[in-house]
Amino acid sequence: MNNSFFTAKPYLQRSCKCKGMQDLLPKDMLRFRRIEDAFRNCCREWGYQEVRTPTLEYLHLFTATGTLTPNKLGKVYSFLDWDGWSGERVVLRPDGTIPVARLYINNLSEREIARLFYVTNIFAFEETGKESRERWQCGAEFLGGAKFTADAEIILLAREVTRRLGLNNIELQLSHAGLVRAMIKELKLSSSEEAKLTSRVVEGDWQALTLMADSCQMSVVSKLLSQLLGLKGKSSSFLQNLRALSPQASSDFKSSLEDFINIALLLDSLSCGYEIDITAIQGFEYYTGVCFQLLADGEKVGGGGRYDNLVPLMSGGGTPACGFALYIDPTMKSLPLEGEGKSESEILVKGEDITPEIAKRCFTLVQSLHDAGHAAELGFTGWVKSDYRWIILVSGRGTSPFVLIDCKQKRQRGVASVAEVLDGIR
Amino acid sequence: MNVNMESQPSYVKLALPKGRFLSSIANLLGKIDLGFSHYSNEARQYRLRSTRFPYLSAKVFQEKDIPIQVAVGNYDLGICGSDWIEEFVVKYPAGALVKISSLNYGEGSIYVVASNQEKFSSLDESLAMQDDWRIVSEYPNLAEAFALKFRMRKFRIFPVWGAAEVYPPENADLAILWGKNESALKAQGLVSLAKLFPITAFLIANRESLESKNLSQILTCLSHVGTGQGNVVARVSRSPEPFVFCHSEGEKQSLSEGEVVKQSQWQAKEIKLALPDGHQCPPTSQFLERAGLNLQGYSDKALNRRPSVDLDWLGIKVIRPQDMPLQVANGNFDLAVTGEDWLLEHLYRFPSSPVAKLLTLGFGGVRIVAAVSQDIPAANIGELRSLVQSGKFAPLRVASEYINIADKYLRDNHVSPYKLIPTWGASEAFLPEDADLLIDNAQTGKTLAQHNLKIIDMLFQSTACLIGNKDSLDSQDKKERIEFLNRVFQSGLL
Repeated sequence: MNNSFFTAKPYLQRSCKCKGMQDLLPKDMLRFRRIEDAFRNCCREWGYQEVRTPTLEYLHLFTATGTLTPNKLGKVYSFLDWDGWSGERVVLRPDGTIPVARLYINNLSEREIARLFYVTNIFAFEETGKESRERWQCGAEFLGGAKFTADAEIILLAREVTRRLGLNNIELQLSHAGLVRAMIKELKLSSSEEAKLTSRVVEGDWQALTLMADSCQMSVVSKLLSQLLGLKGKSSSFLQNLRALSPQASSDFKSSLEDFINIALLLDSLSCGYEIDITAIQGFEYYTGVCFQLLADGEKVGGGGRYDNLVPLMSGGGTPACGFALYIDPTMKSLPLEGEGKSESEILVKGEDITPEIAKRCFTLVQSLHDAGHAAELGFTGWVKSDYRWIILVSGRGTSPFVLIDCKQKRQRGVASVAEVLDGIR
Repeated sequence: MNVNMESQPSYVKLALPKGRFLSSIANLLGKIDLGFSHYSNEARQYRLRSTRFPYLSAKVFQEKDIPIQVAVGNYDLGICGSDWIEEFVVKYPAGALVKISSLNYGEGSIYVVASNQEKFSSLDESLAMQDDWRIVSEYPNLAEAFALKFRMRKFRIFPVWGAAEVYPPENADLAILWGKNESALKAQGLVSLAKLFPITAFLIANRESLESKNLSQILTCLSHVGTGQGNVVARVSRSPEPFVFCHSEGEKQSLSEGEVVKQSQWQAKEIKLALPDGHQCPPTSQFLERAGLNLQGYSDKALNRRPSVDLDWLGIKVIRPQDMPLQVANGNFDLAVTGEDWLLEHLYRFPSSPVAKLLTLGFGGVRIVAAVSQDIPAANIGELRSLVQSGKFAPLRVASEYINIADKYLRDNHVSPYKLIPTWGASEAFLPEDADLLIDNAQTGKTLAQHNLKIIDMLFQSTACLIGNKDSLDSQDKKERIEFLNRVFQSGLL
């Protein structure tokens, strides 16, 4: 017999939670539901309908150029399903918009316009395991919304959700993927080089674009870039100035700029403040038009934009679209406190003992309280929370089988029937 | 360090490779006098102790196992080919594996290849020509990274245990494989579309060991080889570099007329049969001879991956028995001769797979067993479960080539917690230091006994069998031919 086996340390029970995953505790869920409720209410008021997509999707939905960047693709959870002998890989949904576009193509494409929203989790590998690999988001997608008014609608919807949640110091940053793409196109690179550069820029490497413009000796692009990267516009006037300064820009650039100006003018007229920051692109290749980010106290809490090529890329016809997502995890941190210590139920029905007779009376009383619209919970033994409004002791003995305790007034009395209890707490 | 046995903390553990690098690494270790005189092809020892450094020990593994063994901290240092390191780090970039330096031993490169039958002449051209790709490789992680990097719209990756070169063009569009050079690939009827990286033997280290343990004497010895640039540690790259794609310099190559004819004939064959290579080749060859099938080029001495047969409607390829169920499920083959163990391994992973066993052939019999070290006080799986439940393992480490069979066995027996360590041969050497339980095949049990292991359960017995694709069996066009072959195979039964 080997001594070393018996001297091996017993296995210390560690957390069984998967690395990079997070639990949401009751206090978290209160905040989660506040966000969800505000988002759902706003969306419904704007005519959006709720949808839910599956957690598993085929990998190929996300692999085409113009969907997710290679960096994001390198972090998807992909694997073979139980019937995956054909080699077709599936993924844990890495993005909210692409599955909704797929849902629209599969089920709703006969609609010229579809306003859809969802609350969902998305999965992306994060190397250290310290950040969450499962993230929640609320998203709204306006499929078929071709005009700049649709972009404005999405931006105003996003602003309304943040306002209703009472988030502080909200900043709205605007950019335009079409402008960026037009500048990259000016460099006249091969299609694969152009795709690589676009991916790098979309992932935030603006220096790559600056260096490439300099190395290609494209003074037009270099000049535009220095203006766009060095200045932050506060109104449509900035964009109009830019138009005046770039008469020799390409037609793609000019048409994107016109689109941007139209949206900015509308937001100006609606007194919706913003900052024009060309770097405010979200890390998704599918954006084609105006993009935006929302920050609360400097923390990014949401973003979105126009993605006219995504549905066509998925063989879904020429449906333009735009949308946004509110990131629940950072929003929960930014949310102001609001009644989070409060108990869900204000009434405790407490049996003095666990006997069949007392248990039956307790359950009957709780059912009557629920039917009368009161939240009430059961307790038989042990610890009692201190924040109940009422406690009803159930003894089942004598003429007063119930004792009604008014925790606020700090007084109590015997009660003979359920009806009398209901009267007493009214 | 995840070891259940107590060990002296100052010990340094080195993982050394079997196979292709063994001779050259043994030669290298001899030159620098590391004191491992028994590390040789002849000695066949798994556990080695340095005669020069009393604190240094080594264990010999299949190369593919070494990166994971070093990354999980079972070994402080390891030596293996750059292909298996890249296969590991491309999937687990945050792993605790540090590449230290090349030892300048190696041959060939990892290539992306297609059949010369295809019209591709370059990678860019081929990517533009097709939307749906089948990629076969022993390196499935590299294959996925390649497909994602090159933005393939739709792709399917078929991991194989070997013989990837025989799949294109009929059963795969691309293969990612080792090749000596482009001429050698050409001789196999393949054209190189990209060279991913050259193969060299590499010294790797566990990050934590490198950060906290004194390995300096061993590293100093090893620094005098390889590139010969002094202190090895100075060249440590903290984060593994992503693999670099080098476009192939090769020109469009052409097949001999005979090869082209041979390949084009494959699609015309009504029935496709896969036969096993390796240990299963000789008994299968004898069986087929007994059954009256006259094959040319199917023997372990002179193996042709596409042997011929005197039935003009029958196409045959020779692949690894482990890969056959998946290949039959995909319809690449109608029939295959494999082991019942590999069929079950496949069906446990893909329960609705369209593969069926047609005939038990009776040769190549093995038992699939659960075994533990003699030192573990458990005589059966129930007793082992009790030990696991009492917290004696942290958690139970299970080594197996059959990860799906092992997984199901442990689930069915309510053993928890456990973790699976996939292995690629010589699994018995993992116990007791690097695993607690082995699920493996055993013919006589002698090998297990030699490694001080005892069998605590027999999962099932396995022999060679004929398997078929259910759709092919139902096909009116194929039914008659398959029934004929089934009768031929039956006639070979003793």
